Order: sequence, then C-alpha cells, then structure tokens
Amino acid sequence: MGSKRLNILKSAGLAALIMSGLAFPIVAYHADMDLTRGLFLESRWPLVFALIAGTFVLSLLSSFLRAWRRSKQAATVPAKTARTVSKRALRLISFAGIGALMAFPLACVFTLGPAGSLKWIDNYGIQILIYVMLGWGLNIVVGLAGLLDLGYVAFYAVGAYGYALLSTDLGWPFWICLPICGLIAAVFGIALGFPVLRLRGDYLAIVTLAFGEIIRVVALNWTALTNGDAGISRIPRITFFGIPFSKGEDGFAAHFGLPFLPIERTVFLYYLILALALLTNFITMRLRHLPLGRAWEALREDEIACRALGIDTVAAKLSAFAIGAFIAGIAGAFFSVRQGFVSPSSFGFIESATILSIVVLGGAGSQWGIVLAAILIIGGSEFLRELDVLQEYFGYTFDPTQYRMLLVGLGMVAMMNWRPRGLVAARQPSLFLKRPKPVATELIAEGRG
Amino acid sequence: MEIFLQQLINGLTLGAIYGLIAIGYTMVFGVIGMVNFAHGDVFMLSTFIALIIFLLLTQLLGLDSISVDLIIVLAAAMAITGLWNFMIERIAYRRLRSSFRLAPLISSIGMSIFLSNFVALAQGPRNKAVPSVLDDVFKLTRGHGYDVTLSLKQILIVAAAVLLLYALWYVVEKTPLGRAQRACEQDQGMAALLGVDVDRTVSATFVIGAMLAAAAGVLYMLYYGVVNPNDGFIVGVKAFTAAVLGGIGSLPGAVLGGLLIGLVETFWAAYFSSDYKDVAAFSVLAITLIFLPRGLFGRAEVEKV
Repeated sequence: MGSKRLNILKSAGLAALIMSGLAFPIVAYHADMDLTRGLFLESRWPLVFALIAGTFVLSLLSSFLRAWRRSKQAATVPAKTARTVSKRALRLISFAGIGALMAFPLACVFTLGPAGSLKWIDNYGIQILIYVMLGWGLNIVVGLAGLLDLGYVAFYAVGAYGYALLSTDLGWPFWICLPICGLIAAVFGIALGFPVLRLRGDYLAIVTLAFGEIIRVVALNWTALTNGDAGISRIPRITFFGIPFSKGEDGFAAHFGLPFLPIERTVFLYYLILALALLTNFITMRLRHLPLGRAWEALREDEIACRALGIDTVAAKLSAFAIGAFIAGIAGAFFSVRQGFVSPSSFGFIESATILSIVVLGGAGSQWGIVLAAILIIGGSEFLRELDVLQEYFGYTFDPTQYRMLLVGLGMVAMMNWRPRGLVAARQPSLFLKRPKPVATELIAEGRG
Repeated sequence: MEIFLQQLINGLTLGAIYGLIAIGYTMVFGVIGMVNFAHGDVFMLSTFIALIIFLLLTQLLGLDSISVDLIIVLAAAMAITGLWNFMIERIAYRRLRSSFRLAPLISSIGMSIFLSNFVALAQGPRNKAVPSVLDDVFKLTRGHGYDVTLSLKQILIVAAAVLLLYALWYVVEKTPLGRAQRACEQDQGMAALLGVDVDRTVSATFVIGAMLAAAAGVLYMLYYGVVNPNDGFIVGVKAFTAAVLGGIGSLPGAVLGGLLIGLVETFWAAYFSSDYKDVAAFSVLAITLIFLPRGLFGRAEVEKV
C-alpha cells in the first residue's frame, strides 16, 4: 500500500516537473514590446507555480480516481453491448427533432420577447443550421464518397462572393442568385475534382487544403473584383420572395397586417436556412438509394474493387465533389445575404477544419450525428462568447475570445480521445446482402481493423 | 543574371528551413501514417521559445557573445520543443493510433488551434520584432548595378541545416533507434512482436521531428527577425506541401521538396508578384501530384483488394 502511494506521488511529481519544463520560457516570461526599449521580458513566476501546483494536484486526483474506479470495476464487469436504434424509432426521433426545430424561433419570440430572442435565433439557431448544412454537404464528400476534403470552405466562399458580386454589381435578386451560386460552386468543385482524381487519402487532403488557401489568397489579392481585405459590404438584404422586410407601406409587416418587428427578418432567415438544410438532407437521403449513392459508398470502402466492378469512379468522384460544392455554394449565398458583408477572413482554414470536425465527430456518414456535433461545436463555441461576462471580474486585459478558440482546440482533442468514432457511430451500408456487415470504423473499434 | 543568383541564394535559404520542418511531417507520417497538422504550430512555438531564451540570455544574464548565445538558444529551444511535442503526442495522439485514420488528423487540427491560441494568449497576438544580430553581409559580385549578396545568416542557416541533416541521417541509419524507426515504418505489428518498443519509437520520432522544427524555428527567427503566433499555419502547410512533393515518408524527398518549394516561392515573388507566391507554391504541388501522384521519391503503395 505504501509503495503504491509513493508511486502515485512520484508520477504526480513527474507531471509537475514536465509542466515546469513546458511552462518555463513561454509562460514564465512575457516578451513585451515597448516603443523606446524594443522587446523586453516580464516575468510571471506566480502563474507558473500555480500551473505546476495545479498539475501536481490534478495528477494526484486522477491517479486516486483511477485506482478507485479500478477497484469498483473489478467487482462488476460491465457487459458491453452495442446500442442500436430501430428504424421506426429513428423516424420518430427525426419528426420530433424537425418539429422542435420548426417551433424553436416562435418559442423563443414568445418566451423571450422580440428583442431578447434575437441572440438565440441568430447566433445559435441560424449559425448552427448553417454548419449543419455545411456538415451535411461535406458529409457527401467525406462520409459517403470517402474523399478527404480539407478545403471545403473554398466552395462556401465561392457561393458567398458569388451572391455578393451578383447582387451588388449586377443587382440580381437573391432568389435567382441562390441556385446560380450553387452552380458556380459546383463548377469549382469539378475544377478541383479533375486534377485530384488520381490522388488518394492524404495527398488528396493536402491538395484540397491548398485549393482552399488559393481561393482565399485570390479573394484577398484580387482587389479589383473582391475589394481585397476590406471585403464587400452593403449586400442587399433578404426579401420575402420580393417583399422587403422594411417598415414602410410595401414592407412585409404592412403586407400581412403584422406589427413591424426587426426580428421578422431573422425568423425568416431561420426558416430559410432550415428549409435549405432539410433539402440538403433530403437530397442526401435520396442520393444514397440511387446507383450514384451506392457507387459512392462502394468507392469509400474500396476503390480498386469498385473499378473492377465497372463503376465509373471518375464520374462518382466528380459528382461527389460537385454536389458537395453545390450545397456549400448555396450555404455561402445564404451566409452573405444574412451578414450583408463578406471578407476573406471568414473563409480561413479554421472554417474547413470546423466543418470537417463536425462531420467526423458526428460519425462520418450519420445525418443525426452531424446535427448533434454541430450543436456541440458551434453552440459550444458561441456559448463561450458569453465569457465576456468574466471581463468584469478579470479586468480589461482579459480577452475572452482568445480563450474561446483555445478551448475549441482543446475540445476537439478531448472529443477525439473520448469518442474517436464520433457521436453516432452507425455507418451501415444502405445496400446489403441478407444482413448489413459492419464497415470499416466498426471493424477497427472491435480490434479487427 | 544577378537577380537570378540572388534569388537562388534566398530560395535555398528558405528551402533549407522548409526542409527541416518537412522532415517532421514526413517522419511522423512514415512511422505512424498520420498527418501531424500541429507540426507547423510546434515550429511557431519554438520561434517564441527561442526568442524568449535569447532575450533572457542577452538582457537578464548579459551574455554578450552572440555565438555562445545562439548555441545555447538552439540547444534549449530544441530540448524544450522536443518536450512539448513529446507531451502533445502522449496527450493527443497516442490513444488514437489504432483508431480510424481521420481521428488523429482531427485531434492534431485541434492541437494546432490550441497551440496558436495558447501562444497568442501567453505572448500577445501581435508581431514581435527580434533584435537583429549577425548582420554581416558579403558581396559576391560588384559593379553590375546590382550586387549579389550573401549574408552571414544565410551561410549559418544552410550550414546548420546540413549539419542537422547529417545528424539525422546518422540517427536513422546507424543507431538502434533508427533501426527501430525503420522497422515500425515497415510493419508496426511485426516490429512489436520482435521486441521493438513501438510507443517509445513513436515518441522518439515526435521528439526528433520537433527538435528539427525547433532548429528551423531558431533559424527562421534569426533570418526574418519577426515572430507571430499565426506564422505556424502557413509555414506548416508549405512544409507539408514540401513533404508531399518529395514523396511523403521519404527523408531525402522532404529536403528536396523543401528546397523546391523555397525556390519556387522566392522566384515567383521576385519575377511575378509576391501576393501570389503561396498560390505558386501550391500550384507546383498540384501539378507535380497530377503527373507523379506519389511525389518525387515516394514509394508506390501496393494495394491489396
């Protein structure tokens, strides 16, 4: 018993030692700039000691917790059973979920009032739904066709810039631009698809990443077209199929005999993105049952077998890229009509990474998993914005937005370690002989991969 | 001609830095088949560690001999960055090694976001100008209106890179550790059965990769004189591009890829437009991969159905 305690102490001491090594220069000293002296160092030893002490205590606690849990686990061996949801239950959950999503903005308005609900509908509702739609779009490329795309945000950018330019330069209305933006993005998708047809896995990942960066760099530097870093502002706002959401006689409120409220536009945007997202879902679900969708799934599992069976892998890959891009383009057009402003900074690699992590955390291939993951990641990171409140306690120098991304990064690592196969790890083939055989991810989970 | 020569020198210097970082990508990929996305940010972290140690030595301890300072900075930055990457692998990747392929990639993207924000938080998000040292410049040609110059820093960078690459070659080819690494690269399961400690080999791979990235970080800090918490991403992507260009998994390929990317970038910036130099580097990658899908030195992967 004594040696066990000593071991726990030793490992905690080691953890503290490592922490001191990690913290030594980068936390202990702050290289500050000064106009007169240039760079100078400012020491922060108390913070380092706090970190080391914290690591020591945490390590002790986790060791004790693990020992305690082990002693409990020895008594009862839990049986590991896979939880599956029946088709009927899934359908019921789907209807309930869609009903809840439909009711969400109205419930918000009635409980919180028009002013109080804006944040909830806009920052949470619309924001999450955009990412759900993007997640579902990327899911076609990554989850169904198995093509790892790290530059998905490029198509989102193409759609957003497409609407911004068409509406400000040519004055085209939103409803005409929406499908056009999707088509432009799809053309870009095919343009990306052609050179990468022969690439697989990580090579594909790096080329798509490079493509995403190229689009962003072009948007940043082609000032004549995109106005560069400053972005395009004063993009026309959304209309109710031609009727503007304005206060005047011909506005939406006057037309339908409603009192004018600014929230009406937001609620309409919410329903619009909900409809677009559901349409994406519908298309995906139908595509999975078409020969094309089955070709994608086959492509994901084994490209060589696919080719041997005479499946046109070129067409399958290009169509996956094109349809995925089309959806991102539509989402981009929606983004730009919602923001009224686009700039290259909205389309950095971090966005691609966020969308990809939603798809992967959602359990690549599962539609509901992606919704859950989007709520968790986007909702969570929006929620962290509320850390502003902490500024009152910690003073001006405390910048909560930096902690936000820091926690998002740590969260991604933690979630991957906690559930590497995603939240909903049901990736069953849509077509099977007699009974569905477990596919790749499940094989690996069972230790057979 | 003078401009060409000058850009050749500049490009090779930049390429040496990319090559050192690219080795970290290619080694990790070779041994565990994972794209370590956070590697660029590990490099960025090392530039800050190097900067702080340099300031500590010169300002607080008052060591005036620049060469002694630089050697200490290099050794300390390599050691501390190695420790960082060791812990990163332990925390973020080790448990995911047997998981499906995207899991460690996502985890490393998360790590990359964490690192750049951590450094921005600890050191402030803005550019930091490093006090300039070793400013000697040699003129190679004279009198043609444009003097080709070679700075002491450039010589130092290339010399340091060559020395480190020799050390790496020695470790990989001549030591038991290198043998274990090559064994893990070929077949991890078999290597484990034959008594190779896979966990330790993977850890060592991460530490070596981080040490080379840290060396690149020290050289980068010296050469450019500016460090920024957001530098990691673009430099990392270019180094990864270099690794892929050379054939991921191949050490000489990574160095050659780094040199090529460095040259393409500097020549493009010199002759065309510096706004689009990143586009040029990525386009070279795309074109190479279309014609040589496995990179320059990549092995063809035999696939079994």
